[in-house]
Amino acid sequence: MPPDVDSPACPITARETTKRMSAAQTSIPEDVAKSASEAKDRLNEHTLKIVHWHFSEETGSPFWLEKKAELGFDPLTDIKSFDDLKKFPHFEDEWLRGGPIQRWIPKGHAGKPVYVFETGGTTGVPKSRMVIEDHWKDYELFSETLPDEHFPQGSNWLMLGPSGPRRLRLAVEHLAQHRGGICFCIDLDPRWVVKLIKKGWMEHLEEYKKHCIDQAVTVLTAGHDVKCMFATPKLLESLGEALEDRGTSLQEVGIKGIFSGGTEFTPQWTRFCVEELLGGPVEEGGVYMTPTYGNTLMGLACSKPISAADGYKISYYAPQPRAVTEVVSFDDYNQVVGFGETGRVKLYTLTDEFFVPGFMERDEGEREAPFDMYPWDGVSGVRPFHELASATTVGVY
Amino acid sequence: MITLQPLRWGKPYESMEIKDVVHFDTGEPIAKFGSVGGGIVARDMKQAHKARAALLKHSTADLIAMSKKAADLFENAELPVGDSMQSVDQFVHQQSASTGLPEHMCRSNLKKNSFVLSHIDEILDCLTRGLDLDILSRGYGEEGRGVIVSYQAQTPVLGAILPNNSPGVHTLWLPAIPLQIGLALKPGSQEPWTPYRMVSAFIAAGVPAEAFGLYPGGHDAGGAIMTKTPRSMIFGSAETVAQHAGNPRVQAHGPGWSKILIGDDVVDDWELYLDVMVESVLSNSGRSCINCSGIWASRHTREIAQAIAERIGPVDVLPPTDDNAQLAAFTVPAMATGTYAMVQQDLAESGVTDMTADYGDKLIEREHCAYLRPMVVHADSPDRGVAMKEYMFPFVSVVECPQAEMLRRIGPTLVGTVLTRDPELVAAAGACVEIDRVNFGPIPTNRLNWLQPHEGNIIDFLFRSRAYQVADLPVAATA
Repeated sequence: MPPDVDSPACPITARETTKRMSAAQTSIPEDVAKSASEAKDRLNEHTLKIVHWHFSEETGSPFWLEKKAELGFDPLTDIKSFDDLKKFPHFEDEWLRGGPIQRWIPKGHAGKPVYVFETGGTTGVPKSRMVIEDHWKDYELFSETLPDEHFPQGSNWLMLGPSGPRRLRLAVEHLAQHRGGICFCIDLDPRWVVKLIKKGWMEHLEEYKKHCIDQAVTVLTAGHDVKCMFATPKLLESLGEALEDRGTSLQEVGIKGIFSGGTEFTPQWTRFCVEELLGGPVEEGGVYMTPTYGNTLMGLACSKPISAADGYKISYYAPQPRAVTEVVSFDDYNQVVGFGETGRVKLYTLTDEFFVPGFMERDEGEREAPFDMYPWDGVSGVRPFHELASATTVGVY
Repeated sequence: MITLQPLRWGKPYESMEIKDVVHFDTGEPIAKFGSVGGGIVARDMKQAHKARAALLKHSTADLIAMSKKAADLFENAELPVGDSMQSVDQFVHQQSASTGLPEHMCRSNLKKNSFVLSHIDEILDCLTRGLDLDILSRGYGEEGRGVIVSYQAQTPVLGAILPNNSPGVHTLWLPAIPLQIGLALKPGSQEPWTPYRMVSAFIAAGVPAEAFGLYPGGHDAGGAIMTKTPRSMIFGSAETVAQHAGNPRVQAHGPGWSKILIGDDVVDDWELYLDVMVESVLSNSGRSCINCSGIWASRHTREIAQAIAERIGPVDVLPPTDDNAQLAAFTVPAMATGTYAMVQQDLAESGVTDMTADYGDKLIEREHCAYLRPMVVHADSPDRGVAMKEYMFPFVSVVECPQAEMLRRIGPTLVGTVLTRDPELVAAAGACVEIDRVNFGPIPTNRLNWLQPHEGNIIDFLFRSRAYQVADLPVAATA
C-alpha cells in the first residue's frame, strides 16, 4: 500500500478560523508551537515510510535503487528522521533529462497507467517527471484550502495557462471535477512563447496572447456559468484588460474565485489586481484571488490569505508532508536561516510516486514562521535566486 | 534619502516595489526608486487620450511659453522631485553618483536639455518648415497658398523607453509637450533624474500634470509602453534597433557609428583637424551615439592615429567632482570587462594596431565600478572588424581606405563629418543614404544643431500629412 495516501497536507482548512501571526515574529505562540511539533512528528514518520518505499528492492524505482549504491550510506537504516535527508546529495534536476522515463517508476506501482509531465524544453531535452496520481492528490488537497464561498462547489472552471506537456491542464481539470464542476481549457504553449521572446517577435507574442485571451473571453461569455478559474498572472492581467475593452469585467462575467500561479507573483501585482482588476478587496465584493507556488517536482504550495493590511504579502506553505520547503543559507544549503531572514528555497518531495531529498530551487525568499493553518515553515517574497536571475526568463506567459 | 515614485498621469503612485539607486563608486544607496509592472502601464494607457485632451486646452503658443519657463526652472530652480526638493547641485551630484558621469558632464547635459527646451519655438519652426502650429492642434488649416493642409496626430502620447547612461538623449522627447502630445516615460534605472526633474519643471511651469506618466519598471513596463502607445521611442543596442526596423510605431535609437571622413584633397593637412577629431572622440566620455568611432582617410592614417593617441591616450581616471575628469565609470563592472574582452578580440586581427598601447592599462577595475581609458586603434583596411565597432568609452578606429571606396564601405553613420573641398565627394556624401546627419567642414560630430532633425523628424513621427477636402453642404430647398 502506498504510504502517503492519507497524509493530511492541510490539516486545518480555510473554512476554519485562522489566527495568523506576523511573519516578522520570531516567537511562535504556544498552541502553534504544539501543532508545529506534531506536524514535525508526522513529517518524520512520513519520511521514514517514503524512504523505505523508494529504497526497498520490492517497491523502489530503478533510479533510486541504482543510486543507493553511490550514497555511501544505507537509507533504509541511516535515515531516521526528516533532518537525516540532508545526508543525501542534492537532487540534480538534470537527472530528469532524457530517458528512459521508466527508471523513475517505483516497482510498487508497476503496471499502473503513468503520465509524464515536462518542464523546460524550449530548446533541447526537457526535464520529465513521471506521475501516476500525484497531480490529482495534490489538487484534491489544495481543494481543501479553497473557500466554498468564492469557489462554489459544482461550479464550472476555466483553465487559462500552459498546457501540452505541463501538468497544469490535467491538474486543474481534476480540481474542477473533484469539486463537481467541468473545466474549460485554453491551449497555451509556453515553449513557443519563450521562443517568440528570444527571437524578439514581440508582435507575434502579442498576437498569440490575444489569440489565447480571445478564446477565454469567448468561453466566459458563452453562457457556461464559469465561476472559478486558474490563470497565470500575466494572462489574468490580459484577460481583465480584454474584458474591460469589451465593456465588462471578471466580476460581471460571473467569476467568483481565481487561483493564480506559474510565474513570479509580487505583492505589488496582487495589489494592482485587487485594486484595479478584481473590483476591490474581497470583503467589499471583489473577486477572490489566491496565489500559488509550485512546479512539476513539488506540487502546489498554498498561500497564507493575503490582505492590504498585511501589505499584500505573499507567504507560501508547501503541502507538508508530501512536500516540504525550507529557506536555507546561501552559503550552506543544509542550514535553515532564521525566521524573516533571506535564503534560497530548498524543496523536498516525499510521495510514494516521487522522491526528491533536497532540490535547490531557482528561487530565493524569506523564511516564514508556522501559523495555525499551516504549522510548519513557509516562504515569502519568492523571487528568482539572485545569482541566477539574469539568466532566467521569468513571467513570460 | 530621496524617494522617486511612479507618476500615473500626474498622480504619484506609492509603489510597493522599491529599489535602491546606488552610488557607482561606493555602492551606498543614494535614492529609492519605486516601480510598476506592465499591468498598471497598460491600464493607464487606456486613459492616454486624457493626457492629450489636457494639453489641447492650452494653445501651442502657451505651451511653448511654459516650455521656455520649464527650461529655466530645470536649469536653475529648486524643484520638487519625488518626495524632496532638489537643487541644481543636488541634481548634478545625484546624476553623477548613479550614472558614473563626471559632474561637469552632468552639468553640460543639463544645459543641453535646457537649451533645447528654451529654443523649442525655433526648433519646431524648423522641424515643421514654418507651419502654423495651430494646424497641428486643429488637425488641418490653410497654409497660405489657398490649399488646405492636414496633419493628423497619430497618438495621444509619446512613449519612451529611456536609457540608463546618456542624459543627453532626453532632448528627443521634449518637443512632444508643445506639440500637445502627452508623455509616457520609462526612466532608466540609473538615470531617473532628468525625466523626473524635467517633468517637475514642466508642471511647475503650468503644463497640466495629467499629461505625464513616469513608469519606472522592468521589461514588462517598457513592453507595455511600446505595445500600448501608437508611437514610442526606445534607446538600446544594435539588436534593439534591428528588432524594430520598419515598424512605423517605433523610433529606435541605438549605436551611432558616427564618423569623420577626410577627403584626399585635404588629408595632407590633417593636423588642422586634430582638435575636431579629439573632441569628437573624447567628449561626454565617448558615451554618445554622436561620438566619433571611426576616422577614415586614404593616407596618413597612422600619423593621425598616433597624434590622437598622444592627445587622449594619457587621459586617466579622476574623481567625478574634478572639472578635468574626462572618463565616466561603467557602473556595471562586467560591462567594462566584457567590452575590453571584445576590444582584445579586435586587436588580435592582423592589420590592427593599438596606438595607445604605450599609455598604460586600459581596464581599471574598482570595487563597485570599472573604467576603460581611451583607445585609438589603427586599421589598415576597412575589411578589419574593428572598422565597424563602437564602444561605450572613448574609442576610435582610424581606418585606411581609398576615397573612392569610402562611402560604399562606411556602413550606417549617424553623424558624418566630411572634410573636403572636392565637389564630387561633397555631392556623393550628400547623397549617401548611410549618413543621417551630414556635416561638411570641421564640425565635431558631437556638436548638433538642434534646428535640424535628428534620426528622423519627430513631426513626421507624431503627425501624418494627409488629404483634407471640404465642400459646402447644399442648402435644402425650403417649402
